[in-house]
Amino acid sequence: MLEQFGNSRAARTLVAAAGLMVVASAAQATDLTVYTAVEAEDLKKYAKAFNKTNPDINIKWVRDSTGIVTAKLLAEKNNPQADVVWGLAATSLMLLKAEGMTEPYAPVGVGKLDKKFVDSANPPHWTGMDAWIASVCFNTVEGKKNGLPIPTSWKDLTKPVYKGHVVMPNPNSSGTGFLDVSSWLQMFGEEGGWKFMDALHQNINWYTHSGSKPCKQAASGETPIGISFAFRGAKSKAKGAPLEIILPSEGIGWDMEATAIMKGTKNLAAAKKLVDFTITKEANVMYNKGYAVVAYPGVAKKVKHFPAGILEAMIDNKFEWAATNRKRILSKWQTRYDSKSLPKK
Amino acid sequence: MADASLTAQTSDRAIVRPKLSRDDWIMRTVMVAIGVFLLIAVLLPLYTMMSKSVENKDGGFVGFANFAEYFSTPALFNSAFNSLSISILATLIILVVTFIYGYALTRTCMPFKWFFKLVAMVPLLTPSLLGGISLIYWFGNQGVLKDLLFGEKIYGPIGITMGSSYWVFPHALMIVITALSITDARLYEAAEALRTSKLKTFLTVTIPGCKYGLISAGFVVFTLVFTDFGVPKVIGGNYNMLATDIYKQVIGQQNFQMGAVVSVVLLVPAIIAFSVDRIVQRKQVALLSARAVPYTPKPSRGRDMSMLAFCSVIALIIIAMIGMAQYAALVTFWPYNLEFSLNNYDFDVMDGGGWEAFWNSIEMALYTAFFGTIIVFTGAYLMEKGRGFTVGRSAFHMVAMAPLAVPGMVLGLAYIFFFNNPANPFNFIYGTMGILVVATVVHFYTVSHLTAVTALKQMDPEFESVSASLKAPFYKTFAKVTVPVCMPAVFDISIYLFLNAMTTVSAVVFLYSSDTTLASVAVLNMDDAGDVAPAAAMAMMIAYTCAAMRIVQVVLTRGIAIKTQAWRNQ
Repeated sequence: MLEQFGNSRAARTLVAAAGLMVVASAAQATDLTVYTAVEAEDLKKYAKAFNKTNPDINIKWVRDSTGIVTAKLLAEKNNPQADVVWGLAATSLMLLKAEGMTEPYAPVGVGKLDKKFVDSANPPHWTGMDAWIASVCFNTVEGKKNGLPIPTSWKDLTKPVYKGHVVMPNPNSSGTGFLDVSSWLQMFGEEGGWKFMDALHQNINWYTHSGSKPCKQAASGETPIGISFAFRGAKSKAKGAPLEIILPSEGIGWDMEATAIMKGTKNLAAAKKLVDFTITKEANVMYNKGYAVVAYPGVAKKVKHFPAGILEAMIDNKFEWAATNRKRILSKWQTRYDSKSLPKK
Repeated sequence: MADASLTAQTSDRAIVRPKLSRDDWIMRTVMVAIGVFLLIAVLLPLYTMMSKSVENKDGGFVGFANFAEYFSTPALFNSAFNSLSISILATLIILVVTFIYGYALTRTCMPFKWFFKLVAMVPLLTPSLLGGISLIYWFGNQGVLKDLLFGEKIYGPIGITMGSSYWVFPHALMIVITALSITDARLYEAAEALRTSKLKTFLTVTIPGCKYGLISAGFVVFTLVFTDFGVPKVIGGNYNMLATDIYKQVIGQQNFQMGAVVSVVLLVPAIIAFSVDRIVQRKQVALLSARAVPYTPKPSRGRDMSMLAFCSVIALIIIAMIGMAQYAALVTFWPYNLEFSLNNYDFDVMDGGGWEAFWNSIEMALYTAFFGTIIVFTGAYLMEKGRGFTVGRSAFHMVAMAPLAVPGMVLGLAYIFFFNNPANPFNFIYGTMGILVVATVVHFYTVSHLTAVTALKQMDPEFESVSASLKAPFYKTFAKVTVPVCMPAVFDISIYLFLNAMTTVSAVVFLYSSDTTLASVAVLNMDDAGDVAPAAAMAMMIAYTCAAMRIVQVVLTRGIAIKTQAWRNQ
């Protein structure tokens, strides 16, 4: 009995191993390790579009929140694992560029992109895909239940009426959280920004790990108000959530999703092919499915459920400032707010 | 095997030596090999981790500077206090509940015992995260029974305590049942003859009789809650605990040094609990004399009915937890669209690795069960039945006990430090299925080892003596006698490893790669991204897989028992 048992298991393992070998030899494709913070539901679509023209390159995604992908890349500095970064905050890529971790490359047709979306170095270290925009998700059903007026500005959110009703992402792990914090510091000034956050902290129910969670929680009524990004809000609204997507009147923070090749990649040729694809008109049409503002001029069409007036509301974001001050801001944020996690009395 | 026996025969002719010694050498070599495996897989990584905690980012030695920084940050220090108070609270609750529940199962004539035994084991089938997720649906802001909390929030200490109590319940119950089963009926007869009051009998006979079991259960619960991060991650809100701190430091900020510091802090109470438990266990020896008479409860309507009521409430809570997770997984869009659909099972468009993660988990669990059982059982056999070499055998036992004291997250982090070093010859397993299997086998080594040892101890050493005198090499005895006789224990070990490999999060959360995403980690990641219902759906897929595997095990054990266990009934 034991022998039978052992043999059948061993046989199964052998079959599995043989199967793996067959798969490996059949797909003589280049494996490209791509780090990304793009929403999980879009990844398959992006890879499929790319493989239409490049079937011999196999993308292996490593996906996580912006802060985590950034931290991971920095931690792996001496032993880089990623070939390409496709879809990470431009502020993070600027940081990597400053650390000397990116490979400069001018993708074919880069001249056609909006200059704002291309690194100023020549050849550029990174190229932008689309803009991703802060916004507030407000659950109208829960708002009514709790007697909450619809907030129209960031400052509104610090009013006592919203106490315990606001959720926002932790900027240390979430790129959305960071672009919020960085935009407040730019709009209200360094001192005013921290003062604003002190007041906001009084109303915060909890900080989340990812930038999409606040809006998903607002969509399901776990919280009436989630500080998140417009893309997520529109997606949830499309699914039937009673959401109002609000662009606060002071202006909204934003960041670019961008692409770069990692220095030292062993698959430089394949990496270049991928980056070439990421800036094509076709790719930009694809980004436009979820994002209202994209790098390729003339492509953007109105996105369903997106609030009007986005372009006007976007602040004049100082990316270089945000990138160079990122570390300082995050550690200050952590000592001020992450530490105040005593049980609420 | 054929090869081995062939070489054994040919060399027999060449070397004139007692058969025994040759066998001994093989046994010792294999045992040392397994011992070395444990050393490499447990102690060396821990050592690397501890040295990381006294280094700076660039690897320079900084003494206790990291610890100084840790203890001067009030936030992190608070976490230690939070972890401690939650663990103590949950331990007290669970001890009282499991004692009554276990008492009902062993010392009363309550009806439907089989049902209550079955239901109590349900939390073993799911990741600890499931408890937290269910509680959100029951008591969250859109929860069905939200009003029962009287305005208190489920996110925080209340939720963590409830969720933790749920998943550790069966772990404690198994120990308490064992403790309550070992009793001498003559003590109760004596008490009755002396007209001792029921209360006094309870306090002077029942409680002292199972006190070691209770203490042991207490330490197990304390350690499990203290080191678990699934429940606080899901439902902790802004209430920080040590285990979630490690996760935040390592995953959130990739601050490995601080992660190592928190790990060391987490390790200390775990090791204390472990050592105290060991000492207590040693005292338990020979509580039961050879002449003890097994206790058979007599019916008592009032007691049996109140026990039935109590157990029903507990069983209902367990069913409510798992039932709500399944319900939430099937609802289209909680709480606004309660129609049923399978939308939440579309894992491929969500974080965490999709359906592939689920298949990976099954593969990983099968490997863990297969290789783990072989290693554990062989190791335990050689340790238990080997002759001489006492030093080596007791050293082996100590190394085999060590994993129990190491929390999963600490083990996982230690593995990053140890295996992700290009200079390490074992570096190649980093990022593969292999490292997940090794980590899981090691993480659950001790309990499997103890199960094997218990089964082996029941076997008369005569078997070895007889086969030795018949000149049968030990491995033939092992394969033809020992393993078949211990088959139920072998299956117990495999299923234990399988279930834990399916449900564990803590040991593997730092070690999976994009090719080896796991279902339990997918539950965590989907919840992190706000996809709570799909997380519940995946957790339930794990539960069904574990339940199915358990049924297979029961059927196999029955089938084999007829063939190999007939001797027990003689």
